[in-house]
Amino acid sequence: MSRALETLAAWLLGVLWILPLAYATWTAFHPKEYSARFVPTAPLTLQNFVEAWQAAPFARYLVNTVALVTVILVAQLVLCTLAAYAFARVSFVGRDAAFLLVLVQLMIMPDVLIVENYRTMSRLGVLDTIVAIGLPYMASAFGIFLLRQTFKMVPKELDEAARVEGAGVLGTLWKVYVPLARPVYIAYALVSVSYHWNNFLWPLIVTNSVTSRPLTVGLQVFSSTDQGVDWSIITAATLLTSGPLLVAFLLFQRQFVQSFMRAGIR
Amino acid sequence: MAIGTADARRGGDGALMSGGRWSVTGWLLLLPAAVLLVTFTHFPAAATAYHSLFSTPRAGRPAVWIGWENYQAMAADPVFWQSLTNNALFALGTIPTSMALALAMALLVNGSVRGRAWLRLSYFTPTILPMIAVANIWLFFYTPRYGLLEQITGLFGLPSHNWLGSRDTALACLIVVTVWKEAGFFMIFYLAALQAVAPVLSEAASIEGAGRWYFFRRVTFPLLMPTTLFVLVNAVINSFRLVDHVVVMTRGGPDNTSSLLLYYIYDVGFKFWDTGYAAALTMVLLAILASVAIGQFLLLDRRIHYR
Repeated sequence: MSRALETLAAWLLGVLWILPLAYATWTAFHPKEYSARFVPTAPLTLQNFVEAWQAAPFARYLVNTVALVTVILVAQLVLCTLAAYAFARVSFVGRDAAFLLVLVQLMIMPDVLIVENYRTMSRLGVLDTIVAIGLPYMASAFGIFLLRQTFKMVPKELDEAARVEGAGVLGTLWKVYVPLARPVYIAYALVSVSYHWNNFLWPLIVTNSVTSRPLTVGLQVFSSTDQGVDWSIITAATLLTSGPLLVAFLLFQRQFVQSFMRAGIR
Repeated sequence: MAIGTADARRGGDGALMSGGRWSVTGWLLLLPAAVLLVTFTHFPAAATAYHSLFSTPRAGRPAVWIGWENYQAMAADPVFWQSLTNNALFALGTIPTSMALALAMALLVNGSVRGRAWLRLSYFTPTILPMIAVANIWLFFYTPRYGLLEQITGLFGLPSHNWLGSRDTALACLIVVTVWKEAGFFMIFYLAALQAVAPVLSEAASIEGAGRWYFFRRVTFPLLMPTTLFVLVNAVINSFRLVDHVVVMTRGGPDNTSSLLLYYIYDVGFKFWDTGYAAALTMVLLAILASVAIGQFLLLDRRIHYR
């Protein structure tokens, strides 16, 4: 009896949770007159996607987003690897204090320092560029923390062996630590890409033109000004925006869920 | 003796390399990250405090020292108090609900429920979607007369209601969207923790004749305490950090009834360009986040841990 109730509750939640997405999918793939009428025989169409794609430079926005997440990820991987190695295996003056200062960013994220960071970007003369969107996120306390934990678990004997063979600091890092931390890198990369693909407020503030706007900001500009209430096109644009990430998620579900799990457990 | 020197070479707390030359190496490795961290986290935090004591520079009029005036203006600003109250209500509305749902979801899909893979997928999918896309979808959902919600309430003969456009329901609408978006994300942490609970425990409990609810209350839930705290801290931070849905769905309206603190900062800073006042507002947000950090430190490190 209670088992049956549990199954019922699980399914009720499951349906509720997928409902908004299912609703958007219905509207996006059907002609406008069916956008809120649920007739099973309604014809399917891709017209809404075509219209959305033509009504705004989504292709350019997509390129911008891909460039943005790539630039951020590459910078994060390099910077966090170097810093994490220093914290994990090199003893230097002021290490503990420096580590505490890094951890500050876990609480006070760039997301809330919008006014001052805008001022800095303006002073650097990089407003309205992809670099400006990415800069505040490139040194990630979260990435440093995660990799430091991972590097600390690498047996010291391996490190020593590489040194005996004549490898320097960077050589050891590259040959010993990076390969062993591969799963963590993948986990971190998935979390980082999802985060920055979806990030909105900061890109909204620093971008001002088609050449630098990522998809999220493009979607907002599109749906708030151009379209009024044409929901079929707006939902199509919405699915376009989240599409690539959503497809990647559906293909690599297990990997995604495990990455988010791994990244969360400290 | 030999062991002693090896230890010295490794440094005090397990570090492999120490001594003067390694100090340079350590700082060189840290340098690129440190420069960016200082430029975009520590410096702006300090600059916020500094600028909050100055007037906003306007054309031809540089910023001047005004002491606590921005803070006095803030104390007298009803929109600030409303945004702060809204944010508190938003936190109270989203955090317990999304955490309870996350735990329930994790317990449900950790067992052998039918369609488990599909259910996990359904719960987790909102996590992957951009908040901005989610907000657009829900905006449509809430649309007066036309949206799905109105169609459903219409079936029950309820009068039409402008959910997002009414003072009483706008904030609640944002809360619902946020719970929907976050519950599945928090679920995976509970799921991971549940999978780490030794099955021997539940076997022993069932041999002893303990009911499932009793087992959950006395064994599972206490074991999940570190996860609960971790999720709680994340949920609190998110409730002050995430305002994308406000921008899309209500723009803080009607009459500021759905304005959150960060959204108000955005409004003041980038619509009215009153950066001095925005800095003072940011200080409040930083104070809130800092107290979360201190609270976490005291709770996490002193009280709750496995024995």
